[in-house]
Amino acid sequence: MDHLTIIGWSRAEFIGYRCHPQLDTDKNLMNFILKQPSVLPGFALTLGFALFYLSVIVLIPLSGLFVKTSTLSWEQFWNIVTNSRAVASYQLTFGASLVGSLINGLFGSIIAWVLVRYRFPGRSIVDALVDLPFALPTAVAGITLAAIYASNGWIGRYLEPFGIKVAFTPLGVLVALTFIGLPFVVRSVQPVLQDLDKEVEEAATTLGANRWQTFRAVIVPELWPALLTGIAMAFARAVGEYGSVIFIAGNMPLKSEITPLLIMTKLEQYDYAGATALGVVMLVASFALALAINLLQWWSNARRSNQ
Amino acid sequence: METLRNIFIGLGALLIAGNPLTVYAEKITLLNASYDPTRELYQEFNAAFVKHWQKEKGQKIVVKQSHGGSGKQARAVIDGLEADVVTLGLAYDIDAISEKARLIPANWQSRLPHNSSPYTSTIVFLVRKGNPKGIKDWEDLVKPGVAIIPANPKTSGAARWAYLSAWGYALKKYDNDETKAKDFIGKFYANVPVFDTGARGATTTFIERGIGDVLVGWENEAYLALKEFGSGKFEIMTPSISILAEPTVTLVDKVSKKKGTQSVAQAYLEYLYSEEGQDIAGKHFYRPRSEAALAKYANQFSKVSLFTIDEIAGGWQKAQQTHFADGGVFNEIYKLNK
Repeated sequence: MDHLTIIGWSRAEFIGYRCHPQLDTDKNLMNFILKQPSVLPGFALTLGFALFYLSVIVLIPLSGLFVKTSTLSWEQFWNIVTNSRAVASYQLTFGASLVGSLINGLFGSIIAWVLVRYRFPGRSIVDALVDLPFALPTAVAGITLAAIYASNGWIGRYLEPFGIKVAFTPLGVLVALTFIGLPFVVRSVQPVLQDLDKEVEEAATTLGANRWQTFRAVIVPELWPALLTGIAMAFARAVGEYGSVIFIAGNMPLKSEITPLLIMTKLEQYDYAGATALGVVMLVASFALALAINLLQWWSNARRSNQ
Repeated sequence: METLRNIFIGLGALLIAGNPLTVYAEKITLLNASYDPTRELYQEFNAAFVKHWQKEKGQKIVVKQSHGGSGKQARAVIDGLEADVVTLGLAYDIDAISEKARLIPANWQSRLPHNSSPYTSTIVFLVRKGNPKGIKDWEDLVKPGVAIIPANPKTSGAARWAYLSAWGYALKKYDNDETKAKDFIGKFYANVPVFDTGARGATTTFIERGIGDVLVGWENEAYLALKEFGSGKFEIMTPSISILAEPTVTLVDKVSKKKGTQSVAQAYLEYLYSEEGQDIAGKHFYRPRSEAALAKYANQFSKVSLFTIDEIAGGWQKAQQTHFADGGVFNEIYKLNK
């Protein structure tokens, strides 16, 4: 608000200029009614289908997880999920995922910016490269990263003299999780940047905003929801990642064990209930985080439209 | 839950039945669910058995193999992989199939000679050329500054054999004093820089990544690594004593009954004990059971005195409880090391 008033625009005018669709969804949300007249028929049918599909694909398998866990007593459940190895693994899994997705948030935005705003030879190749961590089988990624960052690897050997060990340490976990999360941020920020006309910035400049003001008051608010989504997706992917991490983690108990490995360990001992107990913890934590991010987005949208 | 599972199985069956490829499944197909290092062994053995069966019965059969970590394979069979026979790395995994899915009777291990293990192996050391750290026996592994690469006993069958091997050595050395043995095992695992989840992963870490001074694992894997990577870079050190590792095989009764493959599946397993089967095992660096094959491949293996898991841990069920289950010795040493 403030920066825009400096440049002599009201927020509403500015957004009106941009004609952002986000506003309409908020309105829809506010006057939410079950059946809304629509140009396309078949509301009941499609809603029914959506619910059925979600149940089969998502809810039934997930409820299986809870059913299996419920064979444990509360005390057993608590002992499993608060075991020192389990707690150390949550710290590593969620911590490294969070840091990795934040790193991706920063550098992914920069990559998206470069890809959208500049034309240079080989741009489409670079654009395709971004998807590589997504397309690559995770085990291949893991083996490759471990080979490169091991103390005799291409990169590892130059880090070794500085006492930096990447492969087989928690740092290696972070590297792997950052690697696999990159496309999520780039691909969610890119379309928004593409929609953001250069003229908007030029308008801001002609109205007297300096570069920082333009960035802070014009670009960031537009990017923010997409960036949050990208970071959230990168985070969610990282939390569940197994294949790419397992080869580079070192898997030492209490030090570099990720939670999915502990789940595998339990399964290897035919402890299905114990494995699902850890699964439930991850599920609940991931869901809570996803919900928090959605609320944050909703709140930032609501704040914007109120202004 | 049960009905839900049935629905899923039904859906899966429908998918498989609808698959045009199964039209060709007229002839008898056996599926052997095995563990990782036996890939090459069973490739050769299957070809030999198919030929043998064709000659004996005039029937054409196909033997398919499936490989993976021993525990993972057992879980796949429990969860519905239709394997006619399982040939796994340790008896504990077959016990699990018997216990959890009731596909195999509890007395399965007494159905074939030699505890149902047609070939054996043991745990040896693979060291770098010239053996720079002078590693000869278990005692040398716990010295400070030696980096040991075993796999994680929690996730790998081979690693459990390796653990029990070290445990057995310690028990013999300290006259069955368990406290001292625990101390030895603690020092052993304090020298481990990386834990791979499987035996093959550990081999890769040691050979390709150049990490560690000694790889502790299957004898047959060590010889295979030597054959593949050349003897110029590594050497095998056989310790003075080690464990008699008995990979076990059995018929999956309920599955083979359903598929009508009982007799051929049983013959398949029995053929492992035949002269040809034993010869193939020896060729792939497993220690054969038959005197003739053992004599033929005697020069291939170093002399080592072997103890059994029953002697040092009272069988797999007990070993699992005491050592590898949560709260077992393995967890305990990690708490101490921290």
